[in-house]
Amino acid sequence: MLNQLTLSELSARLARREVSAREATQACLNQIARVDGQIHAFLSHDAADALAQADAADKEISSGTASAQKPLLGIPVAVKDVLAVKNQPLNCGSKILGQFISPYDATAIEKLKAAGAIVFGRLNMDEFAMGSSTENSAFGVTRNPWDTTRIPGGSSGGSAAAVSADECIASLGTDTGGSIRQPAALCGCVGLKPTYGRISRYGLVAFASSLDQIGPFTKDVRDSATLLGVLSGVDPRDSTSVPQPVPDYVKSLTGDIKGLKLGLPKEYMIGGLDPEVKAAVDAAVKQYEKLGAEIVEISLPHTDYAVATYYIIATAEASANLARFDGIRYGLRVEANDPTELYSRTRGAGFGPEVKRRIILGTYVLSSGYYDAYYLRAQKVRTLIRNDFLKAFEKVDAIITPTSPTAAFQIGEKSDDPLQMYLSDIFTISCNLAGICGVSIPCGFTQAPKLPIGLQLLGQPFGEETLLKLAHAYEQSTAWHRAKPPLA
Amino acid sequence: MAAAEIDVKYVAHLARIALTPDEEKKLAAQLGGILGYIEKLKELDVTNVEPTAHAVPLVNVTRPDEIRPSLPHDDALRNAPKQAGGLFIVPKIVE
Repeated sequence: MLNQLTLSELSARLARREVSAREATQACLNQIARVDGQIHAFLSHDAADALAQADAADKEISSGTASAQKPLLGIPVAVKDVLAVKNQPLNCGSKILGQFISPYDATAIEKLKAAGAIVFGRLNMDEFAMGSSTENSAFGVTRNPWDTTRIPGGSSGGSAAAVSADECIASLGTDTGGSIRQPAALCGCVGLKPTYGRISRYGLVAFASSLDQIGPFTKDVRDSATLLGVLSGVDPRDSTSVPQPVPDYVKSLTGDIKGLKLGLPKEYMIGGLDPEVKAAVDAAVKQYEKLGAEIVEISLPHTDYAVATYYIIATAEASANLARFDGIRYGLRVEANDPTELYSRTRGAGFGPEVKRRIILGTYVLSSGYYDAYYLRAQKVRTLIRNDFLKAFEKVDAIITPTSPTAAFQIGEKSDDPLQMYLSDIFTISCNLAGICGVSIPCGFTQAPKLPIGLQLLGQPFGEETLLKLAHAYEQSTAWHRAKPPLA
Repeated sequence: MAAAEIDVKYVAHLARIALTPDEEKKLAAQLGGILGYIEKLKELDVTNVEPTAHAVPLVNVTRPDEIRPSLPHDDALRNAPKQAGGLFIVPKIVE
């Protein structure tokens, strides 16, 4: 089945003209028709448009365009509902955007299209990327392809589930506190959060501007490297994108990791860590030693403060960013006699409970009299957290941790307890605060039920080459990434 | 350490979000719990620590001050809930 191929496998077969982009796209569409009723990874998709793009790609392939020029030529890539794709709906998993249609492409989307990708579908997510389970979508929950009574993780739950269930070849998501890595771990695929500033955020609807980053979901590490190479680079339309050269990430996947140092943070061995997750990560550490890496115990002393710091900074930024949804220029409007009442009614009707909770918390921590006690203090603790990592990276090339303290939990299990839900992000959140890069790769399964376990590697700022080299070496020495969920 | 009381009604007003009395009650309890958890940041000594607003040290990124193509008028209005004569229509602001 063509939809089951990795990006590099499909690309090779397209180049040899053994298959067409239309056939590959049709295989993805068929898979969506077959399984998405049970998973609900897609909010919508335009099959005719996807096939038209596939036909255009086939024309280019037959006219001799090579994958060296267009590395994604003919590859179906689906997109989280938070990135603008021209003339497609954009809802951010929220009711407040109404019937919004994007008037332009995000830079990441422009780059996908320029590289020849077939950009299709709107993938489900927690409303405005706020959540860890995709239960906060206004359009219904996405289900984990490994066990449809369980959550796929979040906020990019649709992006992870779609790749894991072979409904697309790769997808894009966004990661503000773990929203790529955690669902990748829980659905058993590869999820990369690049360094802050590596990929332009232009056309990404902002949640927390100093933390948000776009990244790929893929079936293996090589595909992640390919997509990162396409998506990276400075963009004049995002002044926080960094003018750092874009290396050939695929080239760095040599398999040779002898002598590289991996840091094992002692603070990550917490009480709530599931024994099966711990055992899988311990085994991965041993595997790394076998591959020639050196394991060094390190300390990230401010780990315990990361979740609290995050929920001040992220909510503060969100309260400002989401002020734009006011019912005036686009989206839902609930009419009233004066503008203030119109704003309040529109936002009261349009936002879901988690978004309201976070905007109100963010407004509170920024409000007069509380700014210093909460927001400024959190920004200072952020410095301490960042310094922990920079200090650790003086001794090690990357850091190795579980991605999530548990495998996928049941739908409804944590949805009434926001704090418990926030604490499930404990291993992923620091990475965004520190602005470094991180990846989650499959490293095993729980016994009964069989659910994927993710291994997280954290790398230095702009250290994606080493990060992916390490991830790739482990992946290629194991078979975890080749396992398919029963539904796929 | 006890968490600060949060006046949900007032903060929701600042945030321009209309809440039902039920929502107010639920949020007060939930936010109380979250703020209680956040109090742990007060355990840390942050004197002489510089705040981090941004993890990447970029400063004063500017672009040339030149006229460039921008979103066409019609495209900008296409998603408006109410529009007429090339303008967004809003409730009366000035009497």
